[in-house]
Amino acid sequence: MLTYLLFALVVGSVYALLAQSLMLSWGLAGLVNLGLAGFFAVGAYASAMLVAWGHAPVLLGPLAAMAAAGVAGLVVCFSTLRLRDDYLAIVTLGFAEVVRLVASNEVWLTGGTDGISGIPGFLRRESGMAFHLGTLALALLAVAAVYLLQRRLLRSPWGRALRSVREDETVAAVAGKNVVRFKAQAFALAAAIAGLAGALYGHYTSYVAPDQFQPLITIYIFLAVTAGGNARPAGAVVGAYLLVGFLEATRFAAEWLPELSALQRASLREMLVGLGLVVVLSLRPDGLLPERSQKAPSR
Amino acid sequence: MRTAAASLPGAEPPLVAENIRLSFGGLKALDGAGFQVRPGIVTGLIGPNGAGKTTMFNVLSGLLRPDAGSVRFLGRRIDGERPHRIARQGLVRTFQIARGFPRLSVFEHLMVYGARQPGEALIATLFGSAAARRREAELAERALAVAARLRLSPLLDHPVTALSGGQKKLLEIGRALMTEPRMILFDEPAAGVNPTLAEEIGDHLLRLAEDGLTVLIVEHDMALIERICQRVVVMAQGRTLMEGGFDEARADRAVQDAYLGGRA
Repeated sequence: MLTYLLFALVVGSVYALLAQSLMLSWGLAGLVNLGLAGFFAVGAYASAMLVAWGHAPVLLGPLAAMAAAGVAGLVVCFSTLRLRDDYLAIVTLGFAEVVRLVASNEVWLTGGTDGISGIPGFLRRESGMAFHLGTLALALLAVAAVYLLQRRLLRSPWGRALRSVREDETVAAVAGKNVVRFKAQAFALAAAIAGLAGALYGHYTSYVAPDQFQPLITIYIFLAVTAGGNARPAGAVVGAYLLVGFLEATRFAAEWLPELSALQRASLREMLVGLGLVVVLSLRPDGLLPERSQKAPSR
Repeated sequence: MRTAAASLPGAEPPLVAENIRLSFGGLKALDGAGFQVRPGIVTGLIGPNGAGKTTMFNVLSGLLRPDAGSVRFLGRRIDGERPHRIARQGLVRTFQIARGFPRLSVFEHLMVYGARQPGEALIATLFGSAAARRREAELAERALAVAARLRLSPLLDHPVTALSGGQKKLLEIGRALMTEPRMILFDEPAAGVNPTLAEEIGDHLLRLAEDGLTVLIVEHDMALIERICQRVVVMAQGRTLMEGGFDEARADRAVQDAYLGGRA
């Protein structure tokens, strides 16, 4: 049971990283990024390939994951510069699917649908509880580091300019902001954070495969960020842990209804997640932690 | 604060547009328009609907690239430059409909227009920058002064969506001032506001010119134009009809025809 709890917390931390990635690209930069699962996958694969196949030190994995995902982010961003809103959403969703399909079919490169197994952990897996606890500590450290980074970004003139780009690109340009630069920086950084989440996930579960990176993950993270508050780092983190808590809780709740089939239980879970979001948004339309403005200094 | 060069006779005016042409499909929105804007006064850009005034503003501010012609600002070619580069050279514009950033406060609107903030570089943000903090304090001070000048101080921490139409117009002026501009293009600064506020806005524009700024406005309120503009440029059908004083323009036959919808 304790192992299960630790597992849920590590997964929650991975989601918290993904949520912060989405907060940056969607909440602050206004770029509807449905490709989150794709960047997550790029990070997971980059790290797994380097460490499991390349026998590089395991701590190099996350760095490679962030670099690979960040570069992928730049490529996606520059190929979608003129797109906004729903068009950008479609193209980024397509990107994530392309990543998944390439991972499934280019067997020589990715191991195909079998995925990559036997990925070394950050700690020795044989150490049992210490492995789980240690990985959780590393995951929490990553969440905290990204959280502090995001707070710093959000409170800076850079974050303010980025938010103005989100609201109206034309007015931001006339205000002297290089719109392309801000969007590219935010998108690449967000992709790198998603890549970090991927590395963490792969090294913890020891296994990456294409079917772990379904679009549903992106949708879950959108729910988490929407519920928590899409322009507050704390909102994204809280939303992610709440989501994982909620998902795991519904797993137990479904057991109270033994007359349902497994498929029906799974559907019921999705319905409960949706219902939860509706309840949160009707009570707190801007999420649990709404966007805060920079206060004017008092004279 | 006029620069010495600008007040010398024979020196080039701050803004010179020549023979600007721009078509949208078959429609010639600008058909060889050109004019000069003199420093330190308010110049009115007037003309009937569809004359190309707003299109001209879009060309001057870099939102549209002209098919032909040139724009020189402070002696440098700026036509075809990207908007943020033009803004950084000191030529800033406002919008006809008070456009803004709905989820930003009044104070943030002013701050985001602040020019030369090194803290907008990602690297400086990540590693911290004393220059950025100093500049932020300067800009905050300037924002408070601008807000006080426009009597927006009590509203600084309000979301911009809480402002009235007139207050949004005042904020447009304030934002432009935050860029420390050399010249401001105002697109209908008094449209849709009550007469008292229109008069107040006129006074603000006159004070900007007194402070040495060059001001060009598009406006349909002729009483306001007559009161604050020492010169007017009249456009019709994408061309410049005349440049001169308001009375001269009123007496001009071609201008009368254009306004009455005759042959321009």
